[in-house]
Amino acid sequence: MGAIRSGLQKVTDFFGTRPGKIGFFFVLALFTLFMPVYFQAVGNAFMVRIFALVGIYVLLALGLNIVVGYAGLLNLGYIAFYAVGAYAGMNLGFLVQELLIGLGFLGEKPENWTYWMLLPFAAVPGALAGIMIGGPVLRLRGDYLAIVTLGFGEIVRIAITNNIAGITNGASGLPAIGQNVPPIAGQEWVRTNLSTADFIFSKDLYWYYVIIALVLFAIFVIQRLDNSRLGRAWVAMREDEVAAASVGVNILTTKLWAFALGAAWGGIAGHTYAYWVGFISPESFNFMESVLVVCMVVLGGMGSIPGAILGAVLITALPEVIRALAASPAFSGILTPEQASLVGDYRFLIFGGLMVIMMALRPQGILPSKRRARELHPIDDHVLMQENQELWEAEHKLDTDSDKF
Amino acid sequence: MSHPDFSDCRVLIDPAPPRCHASHITDGALVSVEFGIIGQQLVNGLTLGGMYALLALGYTLVYGILLMINFAHAEMFMFGAYVGLFTLQGLAQIEFFTSSGPALLLLYLLTFLIAMVATGILGVIIERFAYRPLRHAPRLAPLISAIGVSLFLQNAALLWISSRSIPFPVLFEVRTFRVAGANISSMQILIIVTTIVLMLILDTFVSRTRLGRAMRATSQDRDAAGLMGVDINRVIALTFFIGPALGGAAGIFSGMYYGNIKYNMGFIPGIKSFTAAVIGGIGNLRGAMLGGFLLGLLESLAAAYISTGYKDVIAFGILIVVLIFKPGGLLGESVTEKV
Repeated sequence: MGAIRSGLQKVTDFFGTRPGKIGFFFVLALFTLFMPVYFQAVGNAFMVRIFALVGIYVLLALGLNIVVGYAGLLNLGYIAFYAVGAYAGMNLGFLVQELLIGLGFLGEKPENWTYWMLLPFAAVPGALAGIMIGGPVLRLRGDYLAIVTLGFGEIVRIAITNNIAGITNGASGLPAIGQNVPPIAGQEWVRTNLSTADFIFSKDLYWYYVIIALVLFAIFVIQRLDNSRLGRAWVAMREDEVAAASVGVNILTTKLWAFALGAAWGGIAGHTYAYWVGFISPESFNFMESVLVVCMVVLGGMGSIPGAILGAVLITALPEVIRALAASPAFSGILTPEQASLVGDYRFLIFGGLMVIMMALRPQGILPSKRRARELHPIDDHVLMQENQELWEAEHKLDTDSDKF
Repeated sequence: MSHPDFSDCRVLIDPAPPRCHASHITDGALVSVEFGIIGQQLVNGLTLGGMYALLALGYTLVYGILLMINFAHAEMFMFGAYVGLFTLQGLAQIEFFTSSGPALLLLYLLTFLIAMVATGILGVIIERFAYRPLRHAPRLAPLISAIGVSLFLQNAALLWISSRSIPFPVLFEVRTFRVAGANISSMQILIIVTTIVLMLILDTFVSRTRLGRAMRATSQDRDAAGLMGVDINRVIALTFFIGPALGGAAGIFSGMYYGNIKYNMGFIPGIKSFTAAVIGGIGNLRGAMLGGFLLGLLESLAAAYISTGYKDVIAFGILIVVLIFKPGGLLGESVTEKV
C-alpha cells in the first residue's frame, strides 16, 4: 500500500512540475489532434462525429461557465441561445444565398463561404437574446433567475415549434424543402488534396478541426476575460453583490455582460452545429440539453476552464465511448453491447445522482478553480478557530502589556 | 418532450371514453354557445387550478421555511400518480372493493392515503439526503442538488417503469351534468371539492395546531424558533412530508382527469405551479391556493380565446411579468433583501 501511495505521490508531483505539465499538455494536444485521424483511418466515422460533438458541448460548457461559474447566475435556459444562434445562422445563410443569386454570381465559391462569412455575426443574435432576457430579470435573486431563464428557454422552444414569424418551419425543422445548407469552404480542398488511396479526409473530420479551432479561440478569450477588469468584477459580484456595488462595480452592466458574452458563445456553437449537421429542429433544444450543460459545468468545476472542458468531455463522450468499446472485438466477453447500451440508458440517472453527491461532497467540482473552491467550501472550522485563538491571544497580550502602565 | 396538457382535455382523452368536454366540440348547443364557452372554461379552469394549487402549496411550504426552490417537487406529482395507479390496480384485484358503492369509495380513500403517505416519505428521504447536508451551503448548491434529484427520479421512472404513457383506470361511472350550457363532469366536481377539503385541512393544521405554530415560527426565523425549543429538523421533515403528499394527490387527480400518466408528466405542471406560488406570493399558503386557481382560470380562458399552441408561453409570461413588477406576489409582503 505504502509503495503504491508513494508511487502515486511521485506521479502527481511530476505533473506539478514544469516539464511534467508541458509533457501532459503535449500528450493531450497530440491526442486531441490526431485521435480522430486515427479513427477516420480505421473507418470508424462514428467516433469522429462523437469527437466533433464533444467539441460543440465544450463550447457550450465554456459559454455557460461565464454565466454560472464567473458571475454566479444560474441559467437553466442556456440552450435557448444555442437555438437562437442555430436558427439565426441558418436563416441568414438563406438570405445570403438569395442575395448572391440576386447579384448574379452564385458560383461554387461564394456560396461555400456562407458559414465563414456568418461566423462573426453568429454571436450577435445570441448575445442580443441574452441581453433581451437578461435586462428585465437581472434584478431577481439567484433562484428566481434560474426559474425565469428556464421559462425563457421553454418559450423559445415553443415559439420555434409554432413556426414563429414563418422562419423556423415548425417541428419539421430547417432546411425546409427548396432550401439548402451550403457546404463549408475548404472542405472540398482538403478532400481532394489530403486524401490518400485508403484515407478520406471526410466532412466530419474537417468540421472537427474547425470546432477545435473555435474551442481554442474560446479558451483564449475566456482566459483573458477571467483576468480582466470585467472578470474580477464578476467574481466580486458573485461573492457579495452589495460589497461589490459599494466599491464601484456597476452590478447591472456587469451582469448583462456576463449574460451577453455567455450567450454569444452559445450562438456560435449553435451556428456551427447547424452548418455541420445541416439540419436543425426544435427537438434538439429541449430543457434536458440545458440541464446537461449545467451538469457539465457543475461536475467539472464552476468557474474553471479545464473543469468545464472535462465536464463536457466526460458527460458527452463517456457513454458513447463505453458503447463503442463494447462493440469492438478487444472487449468482447468483458462487456457485451447490451450492457454497454444500458450504460447509455442509465446516464441521466447517473448524472442526476452525481449532481446530488457532488453538491454534498465536492461542490467545487472535479477540477475546481482555486477561488471558487474556497467560496464553496468555507474555511475549515478549525482554521477559523485557530485564527480566532491567535487574535484573542494577541489582544490579551496587548491588554496585559497595557496593564503594566 | 410531450407534457400532459392541463387545459385542453381533447388532446389526451384518446384511449378512454371522454371524461371531460369542451363545449364547442360536444353536441353543440349552439343556442347558448357564448356563455357555454366561458362557463365551460371556468369549470375546466377551476379543475386545473385545483391541481396547480395543490402542487403550488408544496413549493410555497418549502420556500417559506428553507428559502429554496424545491426543483424536485414536480417529480412528487409524477411519483404520487404512479403509486396511486399501482395501489388502485392492486386493491381492485380484491373483489370486496369493487362490490358496492361505499366499498369503492373506501378503495379510493385507501389509494389516496397510501399514495400520499408514500410520496410524503419520499419527500422526507430526499430532504434528508439531498438538502440537509447543504443547509448552510451557498444558495446555488441546494438548487443544483434539487435538479439532480429531479433528473434522477424522472429517469428512474422512465427506466424502471415505462417510457410510454400508461392508462390510468377510472373504476366509477363518470356522469356529466349540463349547467347553463356548460358540461360539468362528476370527476371535475370530485377534484374541485377534494382539493378544497385538503386545503382547508392544511390551513387549519397550520393555523390552529401546535405543530403548525412551530412551522410558522420556523419560517419566520429558524434560529430563534430553535432557541425557543422548536425541533427544527422535525419541522423541516414535516414540511417535506406535507408538501409532497399534497403534490402526490394532485398527481393522482391528473391521472384520473386525463386518463394517462407518464414519467415526465410533472415538468410543465411543476413550473406552472411554481408560477402559481409566485403569483400568490411565495411563502404564503393562502396565496398559493389563490394563485393556483387564478392561473388555472387564466390559462383555460387563454387557451379558448387566444391560442392553444402558445398557452404554456402565457403561463411563463405571467411568471416573468409578476416577478418583474410585483415580485412579492398578490398576498406576499414585500421583503427587502437581507444582506
